[in-house]
Amino acid sequence: MVVKTKIKNNNLCIYLEGELDQSVAEKLRGDLDNYLERINVKNVVFDMEKLSFMDSTGIGLIMGRYKKLKARNIPIYITKPNIQIDKVLRVSGIYKIIPQI
Amino acid sequence: MSLRFKAIAENESFARSVVAAFCVPNNPTLEILNDIKTSVSEAVTNCIVHAYDGRKDGEIMIEAEIVHDRLTIRIIDYGKGILDIEKALSDFYTTNEQDERSGLGFTIMKSFMDSLEVESVWGAGTTVTMTKNLDA
Repeated sequence: MVVKTKIKNNNLCIYLEGELDQSVAEKLRGDLDNYLERINVKNVVFDMEKLSFMDSTGIGLIMGRYKKLKARNIPIYITKPNIQIDKVLRVSGIYKIIPQI
Repeated sequence: MSLRFKAIAENESFARSVVAAFCVPNNPTLEILNDIKTSVSEAVTNCIVHAYDGRKDGEIMIEAEIVHDRLTIRIIDYGKGILDIEKALSDFYTTNEQDERSGLGFTIMKSFMDSLEVESVWGAGTTVTMTKNLDA
């Protein structure tokens, strides 16, 4: 799994690449939290264009970051999930609190 | 086909890919293949995270067969078992909140597959059986 970031006009975009399942979740969670703690932005967007697979472990991971960022009044968004990931996201109901843009 | 492998997260991708490859000769749609891969991933994650509590010496067995375009797949572990299956099957229920489990594994298996059956022997393991029509 590869993670890339870009900040533009005070918006942070996190590009997730590869497969997001239990095998990468713990490390990814730690790395994201370390990074997000140090950063102050207006919005956070998870770009999933190059994420090929995600299961409900990814839902837990995104929800966890949502809660932490919400406490700091930073909204998060999801963009460009593939069909498989979009179906997992839809079943989870996560779009009600984390909109797809 | 049957497949036996160590219950470690690094094997999840391998397990779901093998099951998908097993189904490919029947020409399922990409959506059906994705549903199967996601459901296998959820079941295997449950074995690793819950049945064996992250212990690395457990084993998972997957048995799959296709009869008249219908896939039947069994995911078997020899871990601690599920005390309350009804509760485990309910949406958002998890015993492991501090690890940010979503409680959606069985919800996804139920909605992505045609049928889901869970049998558990306390202290001895769980078998999850799912079916999916491949020519829908």
